Amino acid sequence: MAQSANQAQKHATATGETRRDFITLTAGAMGGIGAIAFILPFINSMNPAADTLALASTEVDIGAIKVGQSVTVTWRGKPVFIRHRTEEEIKTAEAVSPAEMPDPQTDKDRVKKPEWLVLIGVCTHLGCVPNGQKVGETKGDFGGWFCPCHGSHYDMSGRIRKGPAPRNLEVPQYAFLTDTTLRIG
Amino acid sequence: MSTTAKQNGLVKWIDSRLPIFTLLDHSVGSGYPTPRNLNYFWNFGSLAGVTLIVMILSGIFLAMNYTAHVDHAFNSVERIMRDVNGGWLIRYIHVNGASMFFIVVYIHIFRGLYYGSYKAPRELLWILGVVLLLLMMATAFMGYVLPWGQMSFWGATVITNLFSAFPIVGEAIVTLLWGGFSVDNPTLNRFFALHYLMPFVIVGVVILHIAALHQFGSNNPLGIDAKSDKDKIPFHPYYTVKDLFGIGVFAIIFAFFVFFAPNFFGEPDNYIPANPMQTPPHIVPEWYFLPFYAILRSIPDKLGGVLAMFAAIGVLAVLPWLDTSKIRSTKFRPVYFWFFWLLVLDCFVLGWAGGKPAEGIYVIVGRIATAYYFLHFLVVLPLLGKLETPKPLPSSIAAAVLGSGAAPAGARMEKP
Ligand code: FES
Repeated sequence: MAQSANQAQKHATATGETRRDFITLTAGAMGGIGAIAFILPFINSMNPAADTLALASTEVDIGAIKVGQSVTVTWRGKPVFIRHRTEEEIKTAEAVSPAEMPDPQTDKDRVKKPEWLVLIGVCTHLGCVPNGQKVGETKGDFGGWFCPCHGSHYDMSGRIRKGPAPRNLEVPQYAFLTDTTLRIG
Repeated sequence: MSTTAKQNGLVKWIDSRLPIFTLLDHSVGSGYPTPRNLNYFWNFGSLAGVTLIVMILSGIFLAMNYTAHVDHAFNSVERIMRDVNGGWLIRYIHVNGASMFFIVVYIHIFRGLYYGSYKAPRELLWILGVVLLLLMMATAFMGYVLPWGQMSFWGATVITNLFSAFPIVGEAIVTLLWGGFSVDNPTLNRFFALHYLMPFVIVGVVILHIAALHQFGSNNPLGIDAKSDKDKIPFHPYYTVKDLFGIGVFAIIFAFFVFFAPNFFGEPDNYIPANPMQTPPHIVPEWYFLPFYAILRSIPDKLGGVLAMFAAIGVLAVLPWLDTSKIRSTKFRPVYFWFFWLLVLDCFVLGWAGGKPAEGIYVIVGRIATAYYFLHFLVVLPLLGKLETPKPLPSSIAAAVLGSGAAPAGARMEKP
């Protein structure tokens, strides 16, 4: 035992490393891991709290929304656009080929029932609310929505067609509970 | 000369146990030799320090009356303006103080650029300055959110969304910043907490900034090292007086805005309470962010724009290594002189373009100005140091300032 320790000592001096170096390094590493483990709960406390998460669904009565009309409802503190699309709008949205879009998607993939378009009304660029919900607002070059912040144009399916936004307007999770009630979230 | 020598017994007693008087003397006293030729552009460091103190003091008193809750924040600020004794004054000092702070600091930075203060051996001093600028920007941004007006809300939305540009972790970072699914009450609360904390972090970095400064002392308008005692005069009383005079002039300008044009730098839209359902037609950040905002919008790609905006500040941090010229002061760099003023102009153009809607000619102007900004640092500076023939440097500060014949008189003046 003493002999082997002695040998280890000799070996260590030869390479310039000692048992003490090893202990210092491992102790330092443990300290580092401990510090990180200590910080994590604090960072995590900044994530959404349980009550914030609990506000995660809304029910809307869509019976009163006429064809060609849009309403905006609030869900998770964000605006949600619900549009009762006209036949014509559905046709134009289905007609364009997705290949030429920045974020190609067919209109079918974006709706459950073609006449109801449900979108999160938050520009995928930097989060402004695009115009086009109210009558008389600029709807952009593609007749859907136009974000005034940095000029993103969305079409009648909420797809990005022109401007800096990288993705189409997001479609939230939703379900038709009855013909006239919609649950978002 | 040491101040402790001529001081009374109590001061000596304290100083030998806790050398605060010696420290003070070596920082801003007669024990700190300073180049004799500093001009008024060297006032802006102390002006920034004074503004920081004004901001911390006014901020603490505002915090006593402010409520960080989405339902009450806007009204609590209005209450400060109308009902709190002198609240309007304190708030206008704080609001205009932010603008004053940035004016002072931007001049301070361009002073450094003109006289080459970032060059060896002051690289770390300069980098600490860049860190201070970043901290100031973060503090100013979070402070602007607190009144919870329309610009507060939408400014916060746009800026926090910048982080969503980063692939994979982007969305998680944004949710972490918000503490929810959008800018909301948790966001306001944490911004208030951080806005209160950051100025003290800034104070800490300022102390490091000053420590680094005192390692080699101030640069000077000639950009040559102060060699002999003849090149220097004690900080006190010469520069304490000069700084105090500058503070007086600065206070007059500051007071003019506080009393006669308190909303000159502000956005009227921020007097409308925040409405998460309605984006104002034209979102602009505060004026001091406009050049960076212009760079952000000039790149037609989300991630690219965000990276370019951060790079615009990052490039300053590596400036000491981009500029290959050994000559510090622009006085002796006849070609760089023009590029320097072109950069100043370029920053104003960026600021102008950033304040305009993102369409047509404004976008084009913004792109050209953005291109020049990066060309200046990444191409012009490295090449110019190699190509330019500088003018001859004077042999010493004293020789340049006094002429060789007058030097002895200067030496007498130094130690009265
Ligand atoms: S936030 Fe919509 S275009 Fe920038």
